[in-house]
Amino acid sequence: MATDHSRIAARLMISPAVLLLLGWMVVPLSMTIYFSFLSYNLLSPGTEEWIGLVNYEFFLTDPAFFAALGNTLLLVGGVLLITIVGGVGLALLLDQPMWGQGIVRILMIAPFFVMPTVSALVWKNMFMNPVNGLFAHLAKFLGVAPFDFLAHAPLFSVVIIVAWQWLPFSTLILLTAMQSLDQEQLEAAKMDGAKKFRRFFHIVLPHLSRAITVVILIQTIFLLSIFAEILVTTNGGPGYASTNITYLVYAQSLLQFDVGGGSAGGIIAVILANIVAVFLMRMIGKNLEA
Amino acid sequence: MQTALFDHKKALVTVCAWAIGLAIFFPILWTILTGFKTEADAIASPPLFMGFDWTLENYNEVLERSNYFRHFMNSVVISVGSTLLGLLIAIPAAWAMAFVPAKHTKDILMWMLSTKMLPPVGVLIPIYLMFRDGGLLDTRSGLVLVLTMINLPIIIWMLYTYFKEIPGEILEAARMDGATLWSEIVYVLTPMAVPGIASTLLLNVILAWNEAFWTLNLTAAEAAPLTAFIASYSSPEGLFYAKLSAASTMAIAPILIMGWFSQKQLVRGLTFGAVK
Repeated sequence: MATDHSRIAARLMISPAVLLLLGWMVVPLSMTIYFSFLSYNLLSPGTEEWIGLVNYEFFLTDPAFFAALGNTLLLVGGVLLITIVGGVGLALLLDQPMWGQGIVRILMIAPFFVMPTVSALVWKNMFMNPVNGLFAHLAKFLGVAPFDFLAHAPLFSVVIIVAWQWLPFSTLILLTAMQSLDQEQLEAAKMDGAKKFRRFFHIVLPHLSRAITVVILIQTIFLLSIFAEILVTTNGGPGYASTNITYLVYAQSLLQFDVGGGSAGGIIAVILANIVAVFLMRMIGKNLEA
Repeated sequence: MQTALFDHKKALVTVCAWAIGLAIFFPILWTILTGFKTEADAIASPPLFMGFDWTLENYNEVLERSNYFRHFMNSVVISVGSTLLGLLIAIPAAWAMAFVPAKHTKDILMWMLSTKMLPPVGVLIPIYLMFRDGGLLDTRSGLVLVLTMINLPIIIWMLYTYFKEIPGEILEAARMDGATLWSEIVYVLTPMAVPGIASTLLLNVILAWNEAFWTLNLTAAEAAPLTAFIASYSSPEGLFYAKLSAASTMAIAPILIMGWFSQKQLVRGLTFGAVK
């Protein structure tokens, strides 16, 4: 059906997008790689020199890097745990017949549309503040001492804020997957006398496994790059207690003006993200064939 | 008896679901309420839920003092501008890939997706330096460019999955009836593609509106959209809860409403068609 003529037209239609994305990926990324081998500080321009792998050595032996790597893993892992477990639970709940389901869905989905700086500041000031926050009021009401979340559990607080933002996403996707479950199969299992949780573990959960994988992979891509929530709540502190890799690279390059070191960190972040990306691409690629 | 039992369960589910739904929504509700309080009422102990003197004073003050309108317009221009520019580049590409698939179409699609997985810090420094040297730091056009590139893979993917669903047979039939390529595009394809394009537009405006890595790093005052404006409340102004709440409510209200209309597209757009 496709003639040579239409093939040429198709190529012309695709090429602007391909060229732009290629440029966007190749040009800055090669510059970052190049910078990562330089001693390059924005405060002393003109003194750039080639220093080989020294930046990587410094970055990888810096205790801040290990703190940041650990925090990144805890942040991603913590948020995934809350959003997957919570998402499956909420999807199961929302899949039942109830009154006002549409409104409940609207209420639950809302946090996803709140911009990161707003949700972070609202949680930080109006909920977690140890004097005037709602949690402090609650503590006072219960007669216990208020807890200073951002000072004593900064990473945990960031996890809570980010999980609140992403719970709607996993719920919505898992609910969509749940609704494509074969009801007859469930009925048959019920007839055969399978108990509720056996039905859940043997039918519902396997059916959701694909959607869960997709949620894990996509969220991981976004969660590796969490930035604004940390910037406006803790600034990565106290110390490095809530610094993730993204924030560390930002601090190194735009706060300490160390372009070389920051670039090395950026490349390490790219490598970490790529490991996740390989799995995600395989999943989506498989689906494309089906 | 059977029906009574059923209703009992339905009532229980309803109560649970509403309780959880309201709990999840509560921070937003609390923000909206606090925006209408005086600063004194906003930090009253015990907290006031409804019984306070409603006031619009915070809204007035935010609008007057802080160039709010400029930041709002920056958000509009940046999110709508980057989405339209993205659509302009993506529509022909997605169209060609959906209707004239070639041997490498799938590889190209997968590669485009892979660019989305590049963490922004990996290219932060070069982009920042290029923007500095090219005079694009803190400009709307600079941000439009960056956000277009950031969202282009998602736009192409969404459009592709929508276009894929337009059956090729319809085109064959139109051709049989003697339709020219032009009338085929205008009268047959476009009407079928409009809903997909509209959903793509909606979701991408939302994503661009809330984008908070590049908008925070590449703007200062002139081109700062609402994400960056709100970030300026981080301290110590953030302790003025009522004003923070009023500013926040204004920043999220338009997108919250748009978001509620785009629930279905959200699943599809953000999973690249892997879950429908």
